[in-house]
Amino acid sequence: MSTSRPAAARSWTAWDRLITTAGRIPLHAVVLAVTALWLTPALGLIVSAFRPSRLVTISGWWNAAMPPFALTLENFHQVLTTYNLGRSFLNSLAITVPATVIPVLLGAYAAYAFAWMRFPGRDALFALVVGALVIPLQMTLIPVLRLFASAGLVGTFPAAWLAHTAYGLPLAIYLLRNFIGSLPRDLLESAHLDGAGPLTVFFRLILPLSIPAVASLAIFQFLWVWNDLLVALVFVGGTPSVAPLTVTVSNLVNSLGGNWQLLTAAALVSMLLPLAVFVALQQYFVRGILAGAVKG
Amino acid sequence: MGAFALLLVAVVGVPAVQVGYVVLVEAMLGRLGPVPQRVLRPWLWLAPALLFLGAFLIYPAAGTIWLSVLGPRSDRFVGLENYLFALTNTDMRIAFRNNLLWLTAFTTVTVGLGLAMAVLADRVRYESVVKTVMFLPMAVSFVAAGVIWKFVYEFRPAGAPQIGLANALLVRVIPGFEPVAWLVHPVANNLALIMVAVWVWVGFCLVILSAALKAIPSEILEAARVDGASEWRLFWTVIVPMLGPTITVVATTMVIFSLKAFDIVYVMTNGNFNTEVIANRMYKEMFTFRDFGRAGAIAVILFAATIPVMAANIRWFRRQEALR
Repeated sequence: MSTSRPAAARSWTAWDRLITTAGRIPLHAVVLAVTALWLTPALGLIVSAFRPSRLVTISGWWNAAMPPFALTLENFHQVLTTYNLGRSFLNSLAITVPATVIPVLLGAYAAYAFAWMRFPGRDALFALVVGALVIPLQMTLIPVLRLFASAGLVGTFPAAWLAHTAYGLPLAIYLLRNFIGSLPRDLLESAHLDGAGPLTVFFRLILPLSIPAVASLAIFQFLWVWNDLLVALVFVGGTPSVAPLTVTVSNLVNSLGGNWQLLTAAALVSMLLPLAVFVALQQYFVRGILAGAVKG
Repeated sequence: MGAFALLLVAVVGVPAVQVGYVVLVEAMLGRLGPVPQRVLRPWLWLAPALLFLGAFLIYPAAGTIWLSVLGPRSDRFVGLENYLFALTNTDMRIAFRNNLLWLTAFTTVTVGLGLAMAVLADRVRYESVVKTVMFLPMAVSFVAAGVIWKFVYEFRPAGAPQIGLANALLVRVIPGFEPVAWLVHPVANNLALIMVAVWVWVGFCLVILSAALKAIPSEILEAARVDGASEWRLFWTVIVPMLGPTITVVATTMVIFSLKAFDIVYVMTNGNFNTEVIANRMYKEMFTFRDFGRAGAIAVILFAATIPVMAANIRWFRRQEALR
């Protein structure tokens, strides 16, 4: 068996190589076709956002590559002013920034306590926090809405901050505890011996060392809140002065119907910031995903 | 001006309050003896997070269970009436059927395509480009994805110029093809919606599975090749079993998403033409019909459906961690 093997193996690998070489054409064809399928719908959105309305309704966007070459910025001008997208952009920002900062920092406090402080019931409490990941946010909507209504918070930014903080915390605590808990014990103990208090340890040592975990978590939360529709719809609503981009754009889908040049421009505006963040910080995002950053 | 002040509060005020809290806590603890310090400190560092979790997650979730056995305005006890409604009502039955379709079709396609692309892209030099392109939709909201694909599905009667990509392409490629109203057609529409979700989520599956694939020691693959295993056999007898745990994690994540699917349906059809799903139905009961009892019951059913999957998911993560 062992004597005949090498020859057979060599002929097999040669045969395989031949097949693979011939087979590489279909391989490239499939990979490129799927990639093109993924890219084309987005390309249609980008192109249409720059085409004048008279052309969008009579010809497909792929005709933009043929004469008449007519591109315009008019669509963006219209959605930003007439359709309130400029204000919605700011609203999205005003909702997303605190709704990202609050849960990440509070999660880091809690993670620090869970990882490096001793107290009775610690493990059970941590299990409860992780267990909260299973609660779909639909379970909380009505009671929280009533709570906000009694506090006069419905239709305000703080309502979204509070809700998103709570929804983001289980994941934040889970991920950060795992990361902070894996920091070298010697380092923290020697800092302690040097007379550093918890504040110094946390802000000078733990937080800077946890930047990779904090960054991937922050990107997650940022994208999640920026792209969220349900929470915004329920707690913030569609009033122009507070409505974030997702709510405004989804309303435009109903009211603008077939005005594709405007709808695509509006959707493109809503995509710019998350895409920029995503492209710039993709490494952290991927690392977060691989560390189990999956939102329930 | 109002917007500027707001931004200032958001960017400077909020973090300042948070940092101020722990500074205050430590200043207070500094005045106490070492024993009360040690006892109190963990709870004070945990307090804000626990308060948020209690007030906006755990307590409301319990509240919803209570609401689900009350009437529309939560003023009388109705027992299991809302659940009876949720499980027998025609629209809800359609929603259950569709969520089941989402669960099977969405999960199979995302995991299957993600795995296939992970293995295939591993063999080409432009792998990173492929992965980035397929991963990019993850950054886009479902609302924007809904716009992108609603445009792809745009329908014009036969003879008129098709401006939607799907119909334009099919009319050109298949002779005599009748344009389809994708979002209205009784069989196609649910699959058309699921395709949008697939477009968004495949990149997620691809990235995770690709990372796991690269973690398989190349000696194992080489050994199998030397033993004469074909690539096809290698895939089924080595790669798939070795990726088993990762595939399970990815699949459960997809199952959970499919159970809670909301945005895409809300934006593209709002559940019309038999495309209703459970989460959209809950939103309608809550806001359109103002029936908090029924909405609560639907939420509880959704919760009950996700528990086993989520529990399995967390267990898998734990086990993976133990192996690390």
